[in-house]
Amino acid sequence: MLNIINKSPLDRGSLDTCLQSADAGAILLIEDGVYAATKGSAGEAKLKAAGGKFKIYALGPDLEARGIADRVMDGVTLVDYGGFVDLVAEHKTSQSWL
Amino acid sequence: MAIEVNGKSYEVDEEGYLINLGEWNEDVGSFLAQQEGVAMTEQHWEVINFLRDYYNEFQIAPAVRVLTKAIGKKLGPEKGNSQYLYELFPYGPAKQACKIAGLPKPTGCV
Amino acid sequence: MTTKKFMMVNRKAPYGTVYALESLEVVLIAAAFEQDVSLAFLDDGVYQLKKGHQTKGIEMKGFEKTYGALEDYDVTKLYVDQESMAARGLTADDLCVPVEVMSRAELGKMMEEQDVVLSF
Repeated sequence: MLNIINKSPLDRGSLDTCLQSADAGAILLIEDGVYAATKGSAGEAKLKAAGGKFKIYALGPDLEARGIADRVMDGVTLVDYGGFVDLVAEHKTSQSWL
Repeated sequence: MAIEVNGKSYEVDEEGYLINLGEWNEDVGSFLAQQEGVAMTEQHWEVINFLRDYYNEFQIAPAVRVLTKAIGKKLGPEKGNSQYLYELFPYGPAKQACKIAGLPKPTGCV
Repeated sequence: MTTKKFMMVNRKAPYGTVYALESLEVVLIAAAFEQDVSLAFLDDGVYQLKKGHQTKGIEMKGFEKTYGALEDYDVTKLYVDQESMAARGLTADDLCVPVEVMSRAELGKMMEEQDVVLSF
């Protein structure tokens, strides 16, 4: 399963619920969801606590737009729009946690 | 809607503002000025270029009060007053000059 | 013209929703009408001021530069919540314009002093 998160982790509970309920697989952070992957943020702690359960991806253009591309935490793979499409194609199912 | 300058077509909105500000050039500016009934002089172009620089720096077209103040700072107090700017652009320096400069209508301009 | 004290309270991240841009437009309009305008940034709203926005990739108009024009509009009262910045790993050095950093309680007092408070 590819879990897509587009909400900031401090504004909405979508990342929390996803981390608690989703089985192993991948998480792709897009739009305001990318803030979860920034060093020193509360989101970073949540993603670290989830350990290696998920492979974590974040959409590069959304990080750049928000001025945070230079402070992405370790263990997050950056993808562009083409990579986004590849991830969706690679996984049997995708879920957008709106 | 569209206007045609030198055989090239440019999209404008229903009020005549250029849609894609990246397409602007002096010929387009002259054409828009002609439509507004403004005979362009060096003084007019000075304001137009100032507005374009301001937009590039801050991504907005300034309100009249801000424009007069900023022009006064850069081009001198004799130009930084609304009388001077209204003489150049009778229908409003912000509105009319912005249109000629290929910028969107200023924020706060009702 | 009667001058009122306006405060825009910004609590949303930029670009993901339209609130941040809408707030900025209202700020510019109120300031163009020579009102006494201040801005407060709390929660994800502090992300609006994070410097270094590069919006080409998402094909949206970036508005970081516009905060730099606020001074021309005589809008110089920008208040940022310390706690919200800390939770996001940010300090005042990460922001694109000079601000006054304060506590939530202090921000609350500022809100009490206003004639109009608009929340975005």
